[in-house]
Amino acid sequence: MSDNAARLRGKDLLGIADLTPSEISLILDTAEAMKEVSARPIKKVPALRGKTVINLFYEPSTRTRTSFEVAEKRLSADTLNIAIATSSVVKGETLIDTALNLEAMSPDLIVMRHASSGSCHLLARTCRAGIVNAGDGMHEHPTQGLLDAFTIRERKGRLQGLKVAIVGDMLHSRVFRSNVYLLAKMGAEVWACGPPTLMPAGIEQMGVHATTSVEEAVKDADAVMMLRIQLERMEGGFFPSLREYFQVFGMTPERVRLAKPDAIIMHPGPMNRGVEIASEVADGPASVILDQVANGVAVRMAVLYLLAGGGDDETAA
Amino acid sequence: MRLLLKGAHVIDPASGVDGARDVLIEDGRIALVDVAIPPSETGHTVVVELGPSLVVCPGFIDMHVHLREPGYEHKETVATGAAAAVAGGFTAVACMPNTNPVNDSASVTRFILKQAAEAGLARVYPIGAVSKGSDGKELAEMADMREAGCVAYSDDGRPVATALLMRRALEYAGMLGLPVIDHCEDKTLAGEGVAHEGFNASQLGLRGIPSACEDVMVERDIVLAAMTGSHAHIAHLSTAGALRAVRAAKARGVRVTCEVAPHHFILSDERLLAPLAYDTNLKMNPPLRHAVDRDALVEGLSDGTVDAIATDHAPHHADDKRVEFDRASFGIVGLETAVSLSLDRLVHAGVISLARLVELLSTNPARILRVPGGRLQAGDPADLTILAPELNVTVAAAAFRSKSRNTPFDGWPLRGGVAATVVGGRALFVNPGVPQVAGLGRA
Repeated sequence: MSDNAARLRGKDLLGIADLTPSEISLILDTAEAMKEVSARPIKKVPALRGKTVINLFYEPSTRTRTSFEVAEKRLSADTLNIAIATSSVVKGETLIDTALNLEAMSPDLIVMRHASSGSCHLLARTCRAGIVNAGDGMHEHPTQGLLDAFTIRERKGRLQGLKVAIVGDMLHSRVFRSNVYLLAKMGAEVWACGPPTLMPAGIEQMGVHATTSVEEAVKDADAVMMLRIQLERMEGGFFPSLREYFQVFGMTPERVRLAKPDAIIMHPGPMNRGVEIASEVADGPASVILDQVANGVAVRMAVLYLLAGGGDDETAA
Repeated sequence: MRLLLKGAHVIDPASGVDGARDVLIEDGRIALVDVAIPPSETGHTVVVELGPSLVVCPGFIDMHVHLREPGYEHKETVATGAAAAVAGGFTAVACMPNTNPVNDSASVTRFILKQAAEAGLARVYPIGAVSKGSDGKELAEMADMREAGCVAYSDDGRPVATALLMRRALEYAGMLGLPVIDHCEDKTLAGEGVAHEGFNASQLGLRGIPSACEDVMVERDIVLAAMTGSHAHIAHLSTAGALRAVRAAKARGVRVTCEVAPHHFILSDERLLAPLAYDTNLKMNPPLRHAVDRDALVEGLSDGTVDAIATDHAPHHADDKRVEFDRASFGIVGLETAVSLSLDRLVHAGVISLARLVELLSTNPARILRVPGGRLQAGDPADLTILAPELNVTVAAAAFRSKSRNTPFDGWPLRGGVAATVVGGRALFVNPGVPQVAGLGRA
């Protein structure tokens, strides 16, 4: 704790790439205190009382939006949800105009999900309110990266020196980027595996071991994380069929046995059973997939609190 | 009416002049370039003492600009583009046909030339479309457009769609003695890309445009230029691979030439990350490439592989750029920054000589497009660019003559600028920061 940052440097959380290791530790440690709040009979603290948080979602999301909303309510923030169908945006106002209209209502934080990479940067440059990136295009999904790290740390006691295998569509995945940046900053060894058609260019420079062998990636891993395969990727010609994908990259019980005996199985959801992960694995004893969901609330509470809750943590827990 | 420019450093690679000369202009034409021309006893001669710190060159020709008229007058017009050209040191520009309607017919060509004549600023050379509507199917009326004043053909904004169309275009343009200019990009490889495919785009989650999509198209065009014996010109070449291909093709005598844009030989794709992540003024097509590509272009400028510097001046309204990166329009303006950028980053950096710069900006574009100029020849129209190579300038987008401000170079301090731009003997731009040329404004 002693080498943690006392607070986050910026008004926004745009991506893990901008965070220092001590800021990451600060968020994870704060999330531990926040997790305790969710275990209380009265699951509410006044940390963000009188603060306004807008959840601005340009892409459909159940899990992330709900998680943010629960986190905001447990911190006593006033929240409102705006869901904008992308189709209406085509003819409608620009992102900057929407942001300026929201800004006129003096929100303290805007949580945004958007299909365009960098859209949160644009918003952050336009608004005085703090911006929390809830997923921007193929760029980052920082709170997912943080909740995944929190879940690993909770089970393993550390991140440093662990082998983490990430299997799936790395090219289009913001979850992949946030996880890679975070795990690399915290000293974990990341193995990235998937078909070469779904690997981003320059992946080796991201500080990961890239492989097309799922066995090599999973071997002796402490944590195995699957990334969702989207059906439209198959239609885009990135791989021949879902059936073949599962055959080559699907996480089966046999493949899981190559990992460390106490390895954990993770998935950011929503899962495609029988595509990237076998049901026996998803529902098996090593799966922490539902823990990830629970921890998501604590991590988001920590982020919201650190960005909008003032300097010291007396009111937090 | 006579104008005598005295004592400047005159550089004209076409005639091998590179030293102190006087230039006498008579009735809008060059009368004489010589050492120490005395003012004539007969008739009135305006004498302007330029002195050795200024450089007089044949007028610069930007062979790749977008003037947006007809159809997109909120971004640029022929008049504002021509004003930006003279302010940037260009006496002539060649404008791409991707207007609305596309310049795929003599009537559109004549309209552009009429607008240019009314503006009375830089000379404007329209480039006609290769295909009707630039949609890659049927050849446009190329002979008719040449008759109306087109100097080349291109479907710029897009590649010449198929190898067959490119073959036919080269054959037909060869008959007319004009080049086909190709925007080399295999659209199937480029997909929905918005930035150079590589580590930097991957970090930002931006869809990639691989170098290969340019390389394969340049190779295709070289093969077809060799097959047809016609002249293919590669627009805005941006990759090391394409440059290697052009170098090798030239060595075996294929009629291929190429241009590069200042942003491609100065910037590279790591700029997308910092200082301003996702800056849409860094979005253009071809995209900013890897530093290795940029360095290869610099080498090509130095070793002669690159024939011309062209800006790909692509004005866009602020509304087209103040959006998410993947929704922003491709392109940046270049007319009012290219000369200073080239002086600073190429000449003062020791990459090329001033004479080579004049080749790249004047001699070669004139030769490629077969247009007048590109040399200081007695009897030719007096189109001159006068440089102040030691002038310190700061790029000020707010002061651009162009209607658009989309530049990543705003605020850049640069060494070297334009002192004056003379078209047909008339000084259409006189830099108030250069006292020696003040007399030109009164001439």
